[in-house]
Amino acid sequence: MSNSTKDTWLYTISAKQKLISLNFREIWRYRDLLLLFVKRDVVTLYKQTILGPLWYLIQPLFTSIIFTLIFNKLANIPTGEGVPPFLFNLAGITAWNYFKECFTGTSDTFKKNQNIFGKVYFPRVIMPLSIIVSNLLKFGIQLLVFTGFYIFFVYVKEAQVVPNVSLILLPIVILIMALLGLGLGMIISSMTTKYRDLTFLVQFGVQLLMYGSAVMYPLSYFKAELPKYAWLVEYNPIAIVIETFRNMTLSIDVFYTEKFVYAVVFSVVLFLLGLIIFNKTEKSFIDTV
Amino acid sequence: MSDIILQINNISKQYRLGLIGTGTISHDLNRWWHKVRGKEDPFLKVGEVNDRATTGDSEYVWALKDINFEVKRGEILGIIGKNGAGKSTLLKILSRVTSPTTGEIKTKGRIASLLEVGTGFHPEMTGRENIYLNGAILGMTKAEIRSKIDEIIDFSGCIRYIDTPVKRYSSGMTVRLAFAVAAHLEPDILVVDEVLAVGDAEFQQKAIGKMQEISKGVGRTVLFVSHNMAAVKSLCTRGIVLENGTIGFKGEIDKTVDFYLSERFFNDNNKGIVKFDNKDVQTQIDSVEILKSDNRVANNFLMGEAFKVKINVKNKSKLKRIKASVIITSANGVKFTALRSHEMTKSTYSSNGNFSITVDINEVNLMPNCYFITVALLENNFDIEIIEQCISFNIIANDVYGTGRIPKGRFITFSRALWEFQPND
Repeated sequence: MSNSTKDTWLYTISAKQKLISLNFREIWRYRDLLLLFVKRDVVTLYKQTILGPLWYLIQPLFTSIIFTLIFNKLANIPTGEGVPPFLFNLAGITAWNYFKECFTGTSDTFKKNQNIFGKVYFPRVIMPLSIIVSNLLKFGIQLLVFTGFYIFFVYVKEAQVVPNVSLILLPIVILIMALLGLGLGMIISSMTTKYRDLTFLVQFGVQLLMYGSAVMYPLSYFKAELPKYAWLVEYNPIAIVIETFRNMTLSIDVFYTEKFVYAVVFSVVLFLLGLIIFNKTEKSFIDTV
Repeated sequence: MSDIILQINNISKQYRLGLIGTGTISHDLNRWWHKVRGKEDPFLKVGEVNDRATTGDSEYVWALKDINFEVKRGEILGIIGKNGAGKSTLLKILSRVTSPTTGEIKTKGRIASLLEVGTGFHPEMTGRENIYLNGAILGMTKAEIRSKIDEIIDFSGCIRYIDTPVKRYSSGMTVRLAFAVAAHLEPDILVVDEVLAVGDAEFQQKAIGKMQEISKGVGRTVLFVSHNMAAVKSLCTRGIVLENGTIGFKGEIDKTVDFYLSERFFNDNNKGIVKFDNKDVQTQIDSVEILKSDNRVANNFLMGEAFKVKINVKNKSKLKRIKASVIITSANGVKFTALRSHEMTKSTYSSNGNFSITVDINEVNLMPNCYFITVALLENNFDIEIIEQCISFNIIANDVYGTGRIPKGRFITFSRALWEFQPND
């Protein structure tokens, strides 16, 4: 510390708080911690397993096979002209999984980390951010698998699928999924520090949400069959994201700009709301958790 | 340099006692409703002084109330107080684990704490990986850790296991590794809690040494929390005493420790003085006092410290050849030492009215414990009065040999001695 900082306080600890006090400089200073948390999550998850990271693949593959058997072969849900149901399901599950993992991973940030949070200070938001990043790695692997099957279906099975131009928006789609999962997760995590009721909601809420997010059916089919309830899925930003992801990779439907913009705005607002609530909670949650 | 690096203004912290349940939500809603209307929090007005031993009426207690102090750059401040006095709460607020209810803390430097070592250790990761993770949690960057990693591993003494998952470590090894990381932190302000009760004796010595080294480093500001008065005295320059969430005393470290020792007592029934009821006799012991060398009443003494026992006697008759005895016993009545006036002096005393007899004990050579005093008053060889175990006092651990080390072990006495070493060819 030099003498130039003689009259300026580095920081103040007080009861008062700004609405959004996200200190980017501080978060940047702790970037190594973020990466080490990511490393910890990735490295330790499959320690002492034989298949190791292969489990990243087995999960979505088996789910896709089951979905194909039940929803497409048994229930005869159409997946669009010439689109192989397996590829359709794998696309939906890959996108859904990223959101789900982000959401469930961050939704118990405070409760799960109360031991660390109770002893040392670091920007609390590092924790949920690290979950988002480590899930991004997982998502990347699953995306590779999806690409592999995509190529297999196109060249070996000669399926008539082509990607859409909107595929260039893929990074934004991933970002929206991350923001949605993070925003919702931070809200839930903040609200469950004192009253734990919501944790019970999360467990089956995620299950219900999957059915409402167009994972195993195309939105157009839902609209045709159940027009009365179609708005439930239509205005669900997660459904929009999943539909968009499928459309950009499999060209099932056209790209809806308004819907996409709506999803972007929704996710940003949700994220900011989550951040405000998270910041409010982080200061003294340790007394009530 | 005397600029202020840390300023604590009116810090208070309120805690709610009891469980969180459906009942709590009515308070929360009430508080929220007051806040919406721009009014003061109704529950901040209630709340009692945080005294663990008494039952209170309120659900709310002030773990800290109106704490004010400043720390100068390069100063080593000792924070002492009984269990539950608010030391940990203060440290938690300082290290930003929780926020104060009111007041603010301003700092010019980064604060890091050695509150608990080994935070965030992951059992599945190797020692080396955990050093990086733990170091980063404590606020170091990867580059900083990399530059110190050899030093850390060396200090921990776990080099053989460093690439083995921590779950295979013995608990002692985990603690060694964790302390090694924490000891290599280099913040502007270091908060040190009593983490030293870890590891084996050899490592404890090492840890204390390192702690002194850290604290005496150039320009390092340290807040040191400990129950070890000898350590506090040797390390700190200034101190504060916390009592039930308020500052009981602040000032020079010697005065602070004295204040703390005179306030603290293990047995709440006396504070170094005991008075007896009137017995309607000609001669009786009125009170017994234990005094420091400067004649202040006290019941806590450091090992090797001189103290006095004073017997005040109410007397209406003419007494000749007065004798007195002071016997120091253990709590269960084992007699350790007898101090008899007629054995230790050649003179006897006589009196017509009230009088007092004082024995000045230069050194009692007792190890830390609680002791009792039995007093006896005699005329000639007849007992006037014997009061068994009428008053107690405590001997507190101290660096009695001046070596920076505290005599240990469950012994009754210590002895001063000279050691000599001669090589025999």
